[in-house]
Amino acid sequence: MDRFVYLTFDGLSRGAVYAAFALALVLIWRAARIVNFAQGAMAVAAVYVAYSVTDATGSYWLGFVAAIVFGLLLGVAVEKTVMRFVDHSSPLNGVVVALGLVLIVQGVLGILFGNEYRPIETPFRRDAFEVGGIALLSRYDVFVFAAVGAVVVALTLLFTRTAVGLRMRAAAFAPDVSRLLGVPVGGMLTLGWALAAAVGSLAGMLVVPTELGLHPTAMDVVFVSAFTAAVVGGLDSPIGAVTGGLVVGLLLSYVSGYLGATVAPMAVLFLLVAVLLGRPGGLFSHSKARLA
Amino acid sequence: MKRTTASLLAVLLLAGACDSSGGGSSSSDVPGVTDTEITVGTHMPLTGPAAAGYSKIAPATKAYFDFVNAAGGINGRKITYKVKDDGYNPATTQQVVRELVLQDKVFAILNGLGTPTHSGVLDFLKTNKVPDLFVASGSRSWNQPDKYPGTFGFNPDYTVEGKILGTHVKDTYTGKKICFLGQDDDFGKDSLAGIEKVVGAVAAKQTYVTSNPNVGPQMGALKAAACEVVVLATVPGFTALSIGTAAKIGFKPQFVVSNVGSDPATVGKALGQAAPLLEGVVSANYLPLNTDDSSPWIQLFKKVNDQYNAGAEFDNNIVYGMSVGYLFVQSLQAAGKDLTRDGIIAAVQKNGFQGPGLVPLRFSDKDHSGYGGQQLTKVEGGKAVFIGQAYTTDDGDGAVQPYTGQAVTPPQNGIPTA
Amino acid sequence: MTDLREKSVAPVVPEKVGRKRRIPPAVAILLGAALILILTYTLPPFRNYQLATVGAYFTVTAGLTVLTGLNGQLSLGHGALMATGAYTFALTQNRWLSMPLSVLAAIVVTTLAGVVIGLAAARLRGPYLAGLTLAVAVVVPSVTSTFDTTFNSDMGLSIALDPPPGTIPMERWQAWLCWAGALVTAFLLATLTRGRFGRDIRAVRDDETAARLAGVHVARTQVLAFVVSAACAGLAGALFAVLAQSVSPGAFPLTLSLFLVMAIVIGGLGRLVGALLGALLLVLLPALAQTAGERSGSQHLEGNLALVIFGVVLVVVMLAAPGGLASIRFTLRRK
Repeated sequence: MDRFVYLTFDGLSRGAVYAAFALALVLIWRAARIVNFAQGAMAVAAVYVAYSVTDATGSYWLGFVAAIVFGLLLGVAVEKTVMRFVDHSSPLNGVVVALGLVLIVQGVLGILFGNEYRPIETPFRRDAFEVGGIALLSRYDVFVFAAVGAVVVALTLLFTRTAVGLRMRAAAFAPDVSRLLGVPVGGMLTLGWALAAAVGSLAGMLVVPTELGLHPTAMDVVFVSAFTAAVVGGLDSPIGAVTGGLVVGLLLSYVSGYLGATVAPMAVLFLLVAVLLGRPGGLFSHSKARLA
Repeated sequence: MKRTTASLLAVLLLAGACDSSGGGSSSSDVPGVTDTEITVGTHMPLTGPAAAGYSKIAPATKAYFDFVNAAGGINGRKITYKVKDDGYNPATTQQVVRELVLQDKVFAILNGLGTPTHSGVLDFLKTNKVPDLFVASGSRSWNQPDKYPGTFGFNPDYTVEGKILGTHVKDTYTGKKICFLGQDDDFGKDSLAGIEKVVGAVAAKQTYVTSNPNVGPQMGALKAAACEVVVLATVPGFTALSIGTAAKIGFKPQFVVSNVGSDPATVGKALGQAAPLLEGVVSANYLPLNTDDSSPWIQLFKKVNDQYNAGAEFDNNIVYGMSVGYLFVQSLQAAGKDLTRDGIIAAVQKNGFQGPGLVPLRFSDKDHSGYGGQQLTKVEGGKAVFIGQAYTTDDGDGAVQPYTGQAVTPPQNGIPTA
Repeated sequence: MTDLREKSVAPVVPEKVGRKRRIPPAVAILLGAALILILTYTLPPFRNYQLATVGAYFTVTAGLTVLTGLNGQLSLGHGALMATGAYTFALTQNRWLSMPLSVLAAIVVTTLAGVVIGLAAARLRGPYLAGLTLAVAVVVPSVTSTFDTTFNSDMGLSIALDPPPGTIPMERWQAWLCWAGALVTAFLLATLTRGRFGRDIRAVRDDETAARLAGVHVARTQVLAFVVSAACAGLAGALFAVLAQSVSPGAFPLTLSLFLVMAIVIGGLGRLVGALLGALLLVLLPALAQTAGERSGSQHLEGNLALVIFGVVLVVVMLAAPGGLASIRFTLRRK
């Protein structure tokens, strides 16, 4: 039982960062109908900015803000200079361009910072509170939950309570009609990219300190887990992304704990098969399942 | 349209063929050897996650060769070292090693890095009779003189290391509960086998995979098993992760770490603020330590590093790379002026090399494994220092024995003679 | 990415133009075989090895472009299918030492795996299919470690191969084997996609409802397309095993699966010529990028500069020629 409780908390704190990253993927999907394979590499670039700023100023929080701002700007830049010019007659073109961006970003980071792992400091201590001898959560885990929770609330408010949010949704779902109605579709798309990249940067800031450290490829594995999480939850649903993230985090923790680390990827595959066979659009999909 | 494509293909391939016909034009019959040059090649991860640390090895070896070349080379021949990036992907290793052998016509492959990557090219190198010297991994696969007569190891194999670490654990922490966390491959398995040969079955054992950077469940299990000593067969990133995770859950056993993942500079960097956790961690090494400024070898390598490696940060990877370079130069000297592939293999088998290593190399016509032992280290004040004395053993049931041979100092000019 | 169904797909070659100029597949294949034969006698050994690698890649990209380009199903998991073929080949070969048998086993086993994945895939769309196949792609090391007594975890298996017959050099022999596989695959696919099967898979890609109304069994067509491309991946896996004389999970990473998709899109989606160009790029582009990186002289840059060059080429080609390289050539010729 102790072990179960321990693994549950371990899984939840992992799951929270998958959830944040999955949210970023959902944002771009909703804005542009693209799964941004470059999300991980862009987030790593932002964390490197934070690393440099923190290194120069000694302040974690300055670095944190710098990463988010850089994320916003990078999102705008990628949309305005590259993605805008991608021919969308085949949806795969966007995928290939994104994969090209991954190589460029990782190569440039490797040239600038080298291929060594670099430590990222955390703003709060990472040793866990113990209850009855079981290590539960650290202050840092609480910070992660709070940050991810704040993002979920902010995004929900944005999309359901503000005019900008409504326009973004409209621009994504019916660009032509929206344009006729005076919605600046291009601007909304840019905004979507910026927001998504900022959330991705936040996720990067949260997850990198808990893993091997900062490295040009640091988010590759996280990307796979987060994409899985987003698919499990349903790419159109922010709540789905959060749920998916937590489910994947818990599953990885339980399976590694009880069956062994090597089995974990197979468990993730089984989870996906089970979920998608039941609900081909993810757990929280609204659209009806495909017939056939 | 098929034809157009086909001719396009032909043109591209031919263009490629012309593009690189330069390397290795040879006056003698020996590939990669001319009167003025010896070309050798290697495969290393220069990019990707595995490049961390390892990408510094080949430049260090190259720097030592440049140092030797500046002094006139070996028997009038300068050493050219071709380094190919394989990203630790065995399929890419296949490509680049063939490029080195078939196209660049290298004399030998030197210090190819990685067990899964290098295993795949053993047959190819054997078929083409290319000397395959000083493979950078502690797998026991390199020691198969009957099957792969041209392949030689360098690192002490993981079982040897496991037995030496196990002996220390057994003698020092008598009666304590001993546990193990290892990588889920031959590194972890051979290491555990070595430890269990000495201490018997461990109380709890866990594995990790590099594709899942969370060892929370494993460390939780070791804590639950009330382990007092944890032996880690981990790569540096996972050493840091394991020690950090243990601290996070209030688990403070004595850590004993394989040489592979123990460099305090690398691990400490990865731990960041938490680097003091490394204090007291026990490990082992078979080369001089980068922080030991009193060692004449370190003085030599630092000098070479400043002059020929642009003063790269001096860590144990650089010591390793230069030690490989030194051993290769020794082998060239021993093979003499009429350098041939068979000649260098015979010279390496003849052995008798004395260099930076703390223990002897095991090379003979029946044994192609590298260093045969290690000396324990302990982290004190953020630096590793040697404790006790060096030990040697084998990968079988042989005893772990103290090594009493004298350490040697490098020659005055830093270049071994014949 | 990837909602292949929501948007109308790829400017596939205007069929009329294609048909007018097209040489019959059999003739094209024979010409190709003759060309390969000439090349293998004129190229130096390493170029022969690269040529062989192109053939092995072409075998899998040809199948993948039929699945993705003509049928509209995206697979990020073909690297895992290749691994299935390669491991089956290795295990069979080490047991019975008969190459034809091992190749056959590789194709059969991978085809069966394709049936399983294809059945699941036929229910899924765009990113959901991508997610599922991605999970398949990353499961390879997990499987080899969990069942390590069979697959020997990360170390992989080495393969016992008979030496080439007579005095044929190894690399030339490998090129012949790989291109025999590639050309037979291309011939079968070309023939298959011209017939009823080809019409059905295109119909399903363009409009499922219309296809169903026209009497096409949509799900069965999709599964079939997946199975055909899986068989190609199985053969390609076996060819890779022959090339490497070993198999290990590290040789089939997620990046391989992603690169395969890149190759068919850059080459020109839905066309065998595009698949061929893509296969060529998979071999030549990294090599050229690395050479350029080495010429830069700085040790620091080498591998990383190659990555950047590779990435820039991908992005530029995709922006300049959205229909892939095959489409550039085509517009030039039609001028």
